[in-house]
Order: sequence, then structure tokens, then C-alpha cells
Amino acid sequence: MNEEKDLKDDLDFWATNSEEGGWNISSTDEGSQKMLEEEDEKQIKIQTGSDVVDDYVYSEETTDDERMIVNMGPQHPSTHGVLRLQVELEGEVVRRVKPVIGYLHTGMEKTGEELAYFQGPTNTTRMDYLSPLFNELVFSLTTEKLLDIEVPERAKAIRILMTELNRVSSHLVALATGGMDIGALSMMIFGFRERELILNFFEKTSGLRMNHNYIRPGGVAADLPDNWQKDVKEILKIIPEKLKDYDEMLLDNPIWQGRLKNVGILTTEECFAYGITGPSLRASGFSWDLRKRQPYSGIENYDFEVPLLTDSDVFSRWRIKVLEIYESLKIVEQTMDTIPKGAYRIQDKKVTPPPRQRLDESMEALIHHFKIYTEGFKVPPGKAYVAVESPRGELGCYIVSDGSSKPYRMHIRGPSFCNLQALPVIMADSPIADAVAAIASLDPVIGDVDR
Amino acid sequence: MSIDIIISLVKAFLILGLLLTNTILLIWLERKVVAGMQSRVGPDRAGPFGILQTLADAIKLLLKEQIMPLKADRAMYILAPILALVPSFLIFMIIPLGPDIDIEIKGQSIRVPLVGADLNVGVLFFLALSSIAVYSVVLAGWSSGSKYPLLGGVRASAQMISYEAAMGLSLVPVILYSGSMSMTEIVKSQDGHLSSPIPFLDAIVSFIPNWNIFPQFVAFVIFFVASIAEVNRAPFDLVEAEQELVGGFHTEYSGFRFAMFFLAEYINMFNMCAVTATFFLGGWLGPTFSNFLPPLISALMPAFWLGVKTFGLLFIYVWIRATLPRLRYDQLMELGWKRMIPISLIWLLLSSIVLGIREFGLPWS
Repeated sequence: MNEEKDLKDDLDFWATNSEEGGWNISSTDEGSQKMLEEEDEKQIKIQTGSDVVDDYVYSEETTDDERMIVNMGPQHPSTHGVLRLQVELEGEVVRRVKPVIGYLHTGMEKTGEELAYFQGPTNTTRMDYLSPLFNELVFSLTTEKLLDIEVPERAKAIRILMTELNRVSSHLVALATGGMDIGALSMMIFGFRERELILNFFEKTSGLRMNHNYIRPGGVAADLPDNWQKDVKEILKIIPEKLKDYDEMLLDNPIWQGRLKNVGILTTEECFAYGITGPSLRASGFSWDLRKRQPYSGIENYDFEVPLLTDSDVFSRWRIKVLEIYESLKIVEQTMDTIPKGAYRIQDKKVTPPPRQRLDESMEALIHHFKIYTEGFKVPPGKAYVAVESPRGELGCYIVSDGSSKPYRMHIRGPSFCNLQALPVIMADSPIADAVAAIASLDPVIGDVDR
Repeated sequence: MSIDIIISLVKAFLILGLLLTNTILLIWLERKVVAGMQSRVGPDRAGPFGILQTLADAIKLLLKEQIMPLKADRAMYILAPILALVPSFLIFMIIPLGPDIDIEIKGQSIRVPLVGADLNVGVLFFLALSSIAVYSVVLAGWSSGSKYPLLGGVRASAQMISYEAAMGLSLVPVILYSGSMSMTEIVKSQDGHLSSPIPFLDAIVSFIPNWNIFPQFVAFVIFFVASIAEVNRAPFDLVEAEQELVGGFHTEYSGFRFAMFFLAEYINMFNMCAVTATFFLGGWLGPTFSNFLPPLISALMPAFWLGVKTFGLLFIYVWIRATLPRLRYDQLMELGWKRMIPISLIWLLLSSIVLGIREFGLPWS
């Protein structure tokens, strides 16, 4: 009873004190015109680009001659998308960095409030486009927590199989783009080449190579294709071979080691201070993996290790990704043996739409089908936060439900967004070349930063 | 007009044509080789095997608008690409393509050396011209009036000058061994086979050609590494480091001015490999098969051998580019000043001592 009251207060708080709640102007032409009038004129000029504000202030008592401000991005080959960095250079050395984000802002969190729960994964999957299945998973887990339902064992196993494969594909891109930023051009092609294997399997399973909308509240969208073991076995055979090739090319290469070792140091304390999770934290010598600490989807039943390195430099952040690929493949191998038979989505009439052939036979089924696809299923009021270990760190989803079929508020804790805060720390006082390597080692996905 | 001038003009135009067509082939070859190493297909649309791709790109660049930044220093901005292109053509003039040939014109026999200009200071000419290339990069970077090119230009000045030193030092033992600074003489001195005062060793080494690479292997390695740095190829392509400086010194260049830089880079690559082949791999020396082949083809065999050696070295250039990551700026300088220059100085000392013993005998005998 008390809890319900808290929630009501909470909802009132959201409704009155937040910008969203106070926003009662409709989106008609008249309304937006009014909004424009209220907007600060100078602000509009900046937004439309007619007035450029150089708000950068030099840090110390320096003059223009000694230091130079360089804009890296939003269009720059090594900022991994449309990240903009205002870099203060002293010769070749980076002295200060000011990251500017927002160039890929899509308002997906806000959009999430307009979409019913069963449409949610379509939206969240587009945030971190290199690990889409994790976004779907975290949204589905949160919704299931609110619904207080348990998905079947087979669905859980499929989720683990797909997400761990997704971790491999995401890390392969990180290795590829990281290699490219340091000038190892072949590495880039190799990483994307091996990722293709996994994407082909995803395409076979979900119909799409990216943005799958495969993991949904209540289970997964479809069962695994026939003979899926064959494809997965091929992946398990080829990728470790290729990883050995990468090691042969790069691991003992003196240029590679010289470029990465003792570069872009990010200590455990700094990780704690900036909220950095994932491979970057584990590379600094702190063993924190949500798969072990807060297991989800039955991942505690699988036997795997959490790789740990202690050098906290770019080299160990690169190396730990390679080691994690091996561990993920280990989990995938175990799912192949242990995957149970049964339903791939929950047999709950209120959540899962009935199978197509039932619609011709049963009035009940038709009604449920119609209700789910027009209105969506209702979720009891409450709030829930669930986090999973995405390839980039803790990916959390916070949903406030007001009892309707749409989330009242959806927030994603994107790991890229938090990891990006470390840029000024790890880039400062290093040459441009090291700064570029440091960005690549954090592996930010701008879609996840600007939600 | 005297016949000498006509012959010189013909040679100049032949070399110009050779270099331009060769560049087209070279860029295509590089793209194909890198594609093969990265399990891609590479250019395959224009012409057979995509061999006309470079030509299509060149036409595209010719037809494009040439943009000049407002802050650019106009004169220097226009001068820089020219300064890049002209020395690259001139360097090839001193590379001998074969032995002298006799031509019958109007009943009189004329001896034509198969080299643009046989200078008796050929090595110095080569070093001087390859230094001018630095100016083009520095001027291009500075005159663009933009920040990334400026950084590229600053990097270029430091990198190319420091590698010039190692390059020059590694050439001194070669000059000592050959006893001449003329490229033609250096090639001629590598004729024959290796010999050794010890009879047992002599039997083994007498099959190996008397190329400078065998006695001067250390100098060859230093020269080869320095030449990669000199033409700004990966892993020493810091000047244009795409991932750091976007495009380095040529960021602000577009259209045909950019094409001139591009052309100069590839011609310089070809020149460097041809020069390396001449200094260390015996230049045009090789079997001519004058007994089996018709005389015309037999006369072209030396040029063919030079081409084989040059393209072999170019393949190594491309191979290195596909394999190695880029060095950092300070690592590059460290490699140049702390490793290559001391090693080449020590090598110079050692080979001088060996040469002295060979010429004058042991000091105590």
C-alpha cells in the first residue's frame, strides 16, 4: 500500500517537475510557433547555425600562438561517428579535450513513451547499433520484471546464444576499427569479414542483419532456424582460427605494442569516478561483470570466466576484447548442448499474440490478437530497472509504468555515454596519435550516446 | 639543331610517357595487391581487370572544381603541387635503363647511353632532388591556411629531414665500394660475381652476382627503410595520417592539384625503388640471352630486368603497407636518430676498414 503511494507521488513528481510534464503545448503549427517565440532568440540562432559561438576558453595564461584549438569532428575519420571533440593542442600534444555530443540525437527515449511495450524493442534496438540484441534484451527484461512473468527456458537459452554471438560481432568491430585508427588497415577488413559470418546467422534467424527486433517481451520473435547448429558450429570453428591470425599479425608486433602500451591510462579509481564499466573497467584490474554479479536470463548456469587485465592501458583494453570473444564462444558452445526443447515464447494470452492458424478457429484468439496489436498489453503500474552486461559495459533500462500499454517514462543507461566521459582524462597530455588510439579503445557508439 | 639535342628531347619525352603510364599501372597494381591481401576484389569495373580505373580517376580529378581556401597563400598554394611533381620526374632522368646502344642515323653510328643524363654526381643529384620534395609538403601544409594541413606540414619537415640523413649515410659505403658517384658507374661496378680470397668460400660465392646488397646488406636495409619514410608511405605516413590529421598536407587540395600530389607520390615511390635497385640490386644487369632472342628484344632485356627488380621492391612496399600499423611521431624520430643514423655510421666505419684492408693490406703486414 505504501509502495503504491510512493509511486503515485513519484508519478506526480514526474508530471509536475519535469520539462516533459510541464510541456502542455500541442504539436500543432500554432503550438510550435508559440514555442519558438518563447525560445531564446540567441539560442535559435546557434541551433540553426547562423551564429557560431566560440565558447572555448583557453585553460591557462596562454596565447593563441602557443596553443591551437582543433575541431576533431563531427566529421572526422576516427571519432567513430559524429562525435565532436574540441581539442586544445600544444604542438602535437593534446592538452585539453572538450567532447561535444548531440549530433546524432534522435529522441529515442522520448519516442519510447509513444510506443506500446510490444513495439519497444523496435525502438531500443536502434540505439547501440553494434549490439542491438542487448538493447532488446534489456528492454524485454525490464518489461517482464514489471509484468512479473518468467519466460520459458528455451527462450532464455536462445537469448543467451544470440546475445553472446552479438558480443562477439560487436567486439570484432571494435578490434577492426581500433586497428584502423592505428593504421593497421588489413585489420579493419579482417574484423568486418569475420563479423559477416555472425550477421549471416542473425539474418537467417531474425530476418535482419542489424536492428533485429528479435528479443521481445515474453520471449523471442521466432524459433531458431532448422540446422542452426551447423551454422553455429562453423562460427565456433572459424572465429578462433582467425583470432589466432590477428594475434600473429599484431600481438608481438613491436610497432603495435609500442603504439598501445602505456597509452591512455585509465585507472580503477578514475573508472569509479566517471562510472565507466565494461571492458575498460576490467582492463584496469577490477573484476566487474554483470553476467557474474547480477546474472540475467539464466547465464549463471553456464561455465565461463571473466578475463581480467591490470595494465589499464589501451593495449589491455584491446587484449581483453580478444579474450572476451573466446569466453563468449565458450558460452555459445554450451548453449548448443544444453538448449532445452519447448516453447520459445511465454504461453500467456495477455502478452503473446496467438498463432495465426488459431485466429480462424477461435473468437477468443481473434480478440486477443486484435487487442495486442491495436492497444498492446497493459503493464501494471510500477518502476523497474534491469541492467545487462553489453559489450561496452552496463546497459540498463529504467521504465516507469502508469498502468497503460505504453511506458510512462523510459530511460536507457547507455554504457557509451558514460564511457565517453573518460575522454578528457585519457586524451589529455598525449600526442594526437595516442589520443586517437584512446578513443578507439573506449569503442564508443554514438547512437548509444545520443539517444 | 644538333643531333644530340634531338636525342635528349626524345629521351625526355619517352621518360615522361613512361612515368605517367607506369603510375597508372602502379596504382592499379597496388590496389589489386592490397585487395588480394585483405581478401577483397579490388578495382574490376573499368577495362579488363579494372586496369583503367586509375585513368578514370584521373579524368574525374581533372574535371573537378579546384577549391582554394580563403585563408590560403595563393602563390605558395599553387606552387606546392608543382614543386612536388617536377623533382619526381627529374630523379628518373639519372637512372640508367641499360648499357649504351649504337644507332645508325644518316649512315653515321651514334652511341646513345640509355639514361636521361649521365651525371658524374648522380648520387648527390638524387639526394638533392628528393630533399626538394620536403618543401612541397611543408609549403602545401603551411599555405593552406588550415590547421590539419599545418600539423602535417610540421610533421613532414621533421620526418623527411631526419630520414634524409640516414639515407645519405647509408649511401656512402656504396659510393666507396663503387668508387664513383655516377649511377652508370655504380651499375657497372656490380657486374660479375662475388669472389673471396679463401678458395673454399670462393667456390660457394662465385655463383652469386656481385651486387651491392650482399656486401652491403645493412646499408641496403637502412636505405630501404629510409626510402619508405622519404616517400611518406605506411608505416611512416604520418604526414597524411588519415585517422589523425584527416588528410594531412593535402586536406585542402582538390581537383587536379590533388592529383598532382598523388601522381608525385607514386612516381616518387617508383623512383625510390628504381634507385634502390640501381644502388644495391645491380640495376639493369642481368642475362640478355643474346644467343636465343632477336637483337631488338635482347637490347631491351636490361630495361626489363630493372623493371623486374623495381616492381619486386614495390611489391614489398605494398606488402608492408598492408601489414604494419603506423608509428607514432616520437617513435619515428627515435627510430631515425637513435637507431638508423648510429647504425649507418658504424656500418660506414666497418666497411671503410674492410675496404682499406682490401686495398692496402693489413696494417701489420
